[in-house]
Amino acid sequence: MPTIAHILRDHYQSHSEQAALVMLHAGSEDRPVSYRALLDGANAYACTYAAAGIRPGEVAVLILQHSFELVCAFYGAVLAGVIPSIMPFLTEKLLPERYRSDLAALVSVTRPAAVVTYPEFENEVQAALKDPSAAAARIEAAGLEIPKESPVRAVIVSDKVQAPSAPDFAALPGLKRDPSDIVLLQHSSGTTGLQKGVALSHQAVLNQLAAYSGALHLTPDDVIVSWLPLYHDMGLIAGFLMPILLGVRLVIMSPFEWVRAPARLLQAVSRYHGTLSWLPNFAYNFCAAKIRERDLEGLDLSSWRSISNCSEPMRYESHVAFFQRFSRLGLRYEALHTCYAMAENVFAVTQGGVDAPVTVDEIDREAMQVERVARPADGSAGPTIKMLSAGRPVSNTQCKVVDDKGEEVPERTIGEIALRSDCMLTGYYHRPDATAKAFSDGWYLTGDYGYMADGEVYVAGRKKDMIIVGGKNVYPLDLELLAMEAPGVHAGRVSAFGVFNDEAGTEDVVIVAEVDTEDSEEREGIARAIEAAVNRGSAIRLRDCYIVSPPWIVKTSSGKTARLANKEKYLKEIGG
Amino acid sequence: MPDEIVTNLAQLIATKILKQPRRVIKPDEALISSGLIDSFNLVDVGLLVEDTYGVRIDDAELNADTFDTLDQLAEIIRSRM
Repeated sequence: MPTIAHILRDHYQSHSEQAALVMLHAGSEDRPVSYRALLDGANAYACTYAAAGIRPGEVAVLILQHSFELVCAFYGAVLAGVIPSIMPFLTEKLLPERYRSDLAALVSVTRPAAVVTYPEFENEVQAALKDPSAAAARIEAAGLEIPKESPVRAVIVSDKVQAPSAPDFAALPGLKRDPSDIVLLQHSSGTTGLQKGVALSHQAVLNQLAAYSGALHLTPDDVIVSWLPLYHDMGLIAGFLMPILLGVRLVIMSPFEWVRAPARLLQAVSRYHGTLSWLPNFAYNFCAAKIRERDLEGLDLSSWRSISNCSEPMRYESHVAFFQRFSRLGLRYEALHTCYAMAENVFAVTQGGVDAPVTVDEIDREAMQVERVARPADGSAGPTIKMLSAGRPVSNTQCKVVDDKGEEVPERTIGEIALRSDCMLTGYYHRPDATAKAFSDGWYLTGDYGYMADGEVYVAGRKKDMIIVGGKNVYPLDLELLAMEAPGVHAGRVSAFGVFNDEAGTEDVVIVAEVDTEDSEEREGIARAIEAAVNRGSAIRLRDCYIVSPPWIVKTSSGKTARLANKEKYLKEIGG
Repeated sequence: MPDEIVTNLAQLIATKILKQPRRVIKPDEALISSGLIDSFNLVDVGLLVEDTYGVRIDDAELNADTFDTLDQLAEIIRSRM
């Protein structure tokens, strides 16, 4: 199959009545969607893009909630040869100004020809398009130029889309694309930061699906159950593209609904005999702690053969908590798998647990943190860490660990994980500078720190200062800029970092702000103002806003705030 | 007259959900639309109300349209007790 559009055509022509996916929505009947319904609906969008003058190879940004519209807008773009790029939908938490700034930043780098959204959101989008300066600071900070004119030629509103109709595969431009052409853009950095658009070709996606389905031993009898957002690689590839393209049943629900009732995931697995799911680490803790017994009554989880932990640092304790809570419902310990993945490799880099139980590598904590070596614990008194293996690289993907100079390091030495494969990104869209920087000698530098042992990959720590909250990447700098909106908070005197929360199985965000006032009421007021500014602008709720007197903030020799050093100082002071 | 349910909720939410025992939440302060209670904590509100008052809040009701302040939440609780 040369391209994804050809695969879709094949499904339509071979088994149009087969359910491509089942959409679950709270308060409504479960909705099976046949390949016919899916592609007729997608064709409506394909025709709409064409009528709006959007040409093959151009980008359409999709700002829609998890819905049938989003599914159709995405596949419709593929049929039209247009490149879809799904953006998170504005939530009630984010200040419209902040979202406008994010959108303006995205538009100026990605330069989409179209934006697809709901009628209610059209004004918001138009406002962002008319005001590219909303993101000026961020764009300039990245060394880029602000476009003089908006590249967006059409804002397509979901209630003005054409009616569903049978696709004319012979005429659709999507089937004339080359496998090396970009099929979609993924934004890998979550909801803040000047997003880098990961451009993926048809061939890369298809190579990944072949390699990954092989690693999972995926068959047509499998059932994938997912609540994951589609603007993120895990949800988009494992929980959306893979099942639909490979003809594996997909049962899908909105993350918005899952987070309010996490039992929905388990109920769906039981009802549909789900076999595979993917979850970020925090979800294991979340499910174990927040689901009521009465919502588990009568559930049978024995069909669940693979639950892959992915997208944020994996914790052994989280697996244990999850297993202990749900084992009496038939959940098997062997079903708890691991995965190391990133948009730059389409998705999976490694997979653990399918062919043999996930290796738990118990190592000496001191050696890891101080010597940067993963030394197996020898039973002596020192504290240890149980590292979960992320497993072995999938076929046609290779991993190695390198030092600062790009030289490969020995086994069990901690360094940066580098990879190469046949499913890599074509590049960061319109960011040749960022693309060039990411590669060294043909290997992609992940920015993740870890080690290899016996051919298995262990991820030790996430990219430098990045904070991962609930599976989302959060840039400290963005939060610091937001904090500076509070009166009395100044540049260079505020530092944001992540502190792991054992109970939640994910990171919390702490901000330290150095202020001049000694007055405790004023300091309290500043702390509240910072919390509000951060929350409005990023939807992050701080675990702690620590107000200190100068001099406190630790800086590097080049004058930048040294976040890790600040974190260590903070933890020491609060006695953590 | 101080509303006992409101006072109690303010304390419980501040302590158990916000993890800020000294935080004073005003009865008419926006809780959900402001992001003070984020989406990951909505399920906690439901659990807390049920455990404390024996009142069920459906997950479809865990949104700002149903209740956004302590006053509104207390009203719902009272009507179901």
